[in-house]
Amino acid sequence: MTGVAVHLKGLRRTFGTVHALDNLDLSIAAGELVCLLGPSGCGKTTALRVLAGLEDADAGQVLVGGSDVTALPANKRDMGMVFQAYSLFPHLTALQNVEFGLRLRGRRRVPGRAADMLELVGLGQFGARYPHQMSGGQQQRIALARALAIEPAVLLLDEPLSALDAKVRVQLRDEIKRIQSEVGTTTLFVTHDQEEALAVADRVGVMRAGKLEQLASPADVYQKPASAFVADFVGLSNRLPGVVDSSGISVLGTTLPLVSAAAPGPATALVRPEAVSVSADPSGDGRVLTCSFLGPTSRVTVAVGETLVIAQVASGLVPSLAPGTAVSVRLTPVPVALDM
Amino acid sequence: MAGVNARRARKQRVLRWAVLLVLGVFFLLPLVAMVEFSTRDPQTWPLLVNWSKLSDAYPDLADGIVASLEQAALTALLMLVLLVPTAIWVRLRLPRLRRLIEFLCLLPLTIPAIVLVVGLAPVYAWVVYFLGGSSLTLVFAYTILVLPYAYRSIDAGLAAIDVKTLAEAARSLGAGWTTVIVRVVLPNIRTAVLSAAFLSVALVLGEFTIASLLNRTNLQVSIELLGKSSATMSVAVSLTALLLAFVLLLLLSLLGDRRKSTKEPA
Repeated sequence: MTGVAVHLKGLRRTFGTVHALDNLDLSIAAGELVCLLGPSGCGKTTALRVLAGLEDADAGQVLVGGSDVTALPANKRDMGMVFQAYSLFPHLTALQNVEFGLRLRGRRRVPGRAADMLELVGLGQFGARYPHQMSGGQQQRIALARALAIEPAVLLLDEPLSALDAKVRVQLRDEIKRIQSEVGTTTLFVTHDQEEALAVADRVGVMRAGKLEQLASPADVYQKPASAFVADFVGLSNRLPGVVDSSGISVLGTTLPLVSAAAPGPATALVRPEAVSVSADPSGDGRVLTCSFLGPTSRVTVAVGETLVIAQVASGLVPSLAPGTAVSVRLTPVPVALDM
Repeated sequence: MAGVNARRARKQRVLRWAVLLVLGVFFLLPLVAMVEFSTRDPQTWPLLVNWSKLSDAYPDLADGIVASLEQAALTALLMLVLLVPTAIWVRLRLPRLRRLIEFLCLLPLTIPAIVLVVGLAPVYAWVVYFLGGSSLTLVFAYTILVLPYAYRSIDAGLAAIDVKTLAEAARSLGAGWTTVIVRVVLPNIRTAVLSAAFLSVALVLGEFTIASLLNRTNLQVSIELLGKSSATMSVAVSLTALLLAFVLLLLLSLLGDRRKSTKEPA
C-alpha cells in the first residue's frame, strides 16, 4: 500500500467574523505524516474537516492524488477518519464496527480483513466486545482499525488521543506512528499537544489564526522556530531582553546566534529553558526563586536583576539550589528566535 | 444518636407505607368497583373475549375497537415517519432550530382538546372533501396530539448518543445519508423510538373528545354510546382498555430500564 499526495490550496473558511482558515496552503507528500499543531480556534480542525469533506470551504481547492475532490461529499472521498472519542457505533461489536466500511464498499473476504485489522492494532481477541465494554484507549485503537480497514487514500486523525489518560496517550501515540509507517498511508494528524506532534510527525505544521506559521521537521520547529509564536507555542521559552548586533543577540553576557537576521538594536530573545544552565556561585548575580521537581529534570526560576529566567536542570543538582541561593546563569549559544 | 436515626427511619417507613396505602386505595377502589359491576351480568366477560359473538351483539363496539386499533397503528407510523428524520436532521444540520421545533411539538399539550377541535373542524371539512369521512382520517389530528410525547422521547434518545460524531464517522466510511439514518442512528435510538410508538398507541386508544366532537368512531366513543344501552359491557370494555394501556406503559418502563442497564457504568 502506498500513499498519495494531498494538496490544500488557498483554503478559506469563515464562521461569522472568525477566519478559521485564511488562505491556507498545505502539501502532504505521499505516505507522509503531517501534524497540524496550534492553540484551540487556530483552524487546524477546520482544515482537517475540509479535507474530510465534513465542512465546506468558502474558497480554495482540495487535491488528493492529483484529482480535485473539493466538490465531493464526505462519503465519496475515500478517507479514513479517527475522531476525538465516542465515534464507534455503540450497537455494533468491535469486529462489526471494523467491517462497517468494508461492507459498504462491497468488499469480498470482509471478516478476514476486519480480523487482520484488529490484529494490526493489537486487539485480535476483542472482536466480540461492544464499545462500552472497552477502555477509551481500546476504543480508539478499534476506531483506527476501522479507519484503516477501508484502505483509505488519506488517514485523518482529529485529536485522537486527547480524551485518554497520559500513559495510554503515549503508548497509543507510538503505536499510531508504528502502524502509519507500516501501512504507509498519507496521514494528517491534528493536535494541540506539542509533545505529541513532535513525537509522531514527519513534519509539523504550526497554525495560528487560520494560517500556517511554519511547516518543518519536528527538530527544526523546535530548534529553529520561524516566529516568536512558534517558539512560544512549541515548548516553554524565556523572554530575555538583549541587544542585536551583526553577530547575533547579546543576552546576559552571552552572544547567541539568530535563526533569522534582524535589525540591530534592543530586542527580546526567546531562549529554551534547557539552554540555560545554573550553578551555585556565591558571587553570582542571580537568586533562586522557586524550584519545581518534574522527575528526571527540575525547573528552576532565577531572578537576575529585574529579569526572570527559567532553567531546566538535572534533578540531582536541585539540593544545591534552594530558594534564595546565589547562582550564576550561563546560556548555551544555540540559535534563538526574537519576539518581534 | 443511632437511636434517633433508627426512630426517624422507622417513622419514615411508616409514613411511606401510609402514603402508598392511601394512594393505592384511591386508585384501586374504582377499578375494583368496575370489576364488581361488570361481573354482575355473568354474560359480559365471556362475550367480550369472544370476538365473533361480540361483533354480532354489539356491532358498534366492534367497529370502535377496530377503528381505534387502526388509528393507533397508523398514528404511530405517521408520527415516526415525520418525526424521526426531522429530529435527526435538526440535531445534525439545523441545531439552531431545535428550540423552535421543540416549542412547536409541545404546543398541542398546552391547547385543550376542545379548543383543538374548534380549530380542526374547518380543516376536517377539507379532509372530508378530499379523503372522505372515514374514522381513519382522525390519524392526522392524532399525530399532532401525540407530538409532545413522541418528540420528547425521540429527542431524549438522540441526546443520549453523539449523533453528529456517529454520523460523520459513518459518512467518512462511505455511508450515504439513508444508510447513516437506517443503519447507524436508528439502531441506537431503538428504545426511544419504541417508547414514542407505545406512548402514541396508549394516547390514541384513550382519545375521546376529538373523535366524538368530529362525529367519528373509535373505542372511547363506542364505549360512551354503549354506556347508554349496556352499562356492564361498557364498563368491562373500559376496564380492558385501561389494562391494555397499563401493560403498554409497563412495557415502556421495562424498555427504559433495559436501556439504563446496558449503559456503561461511568
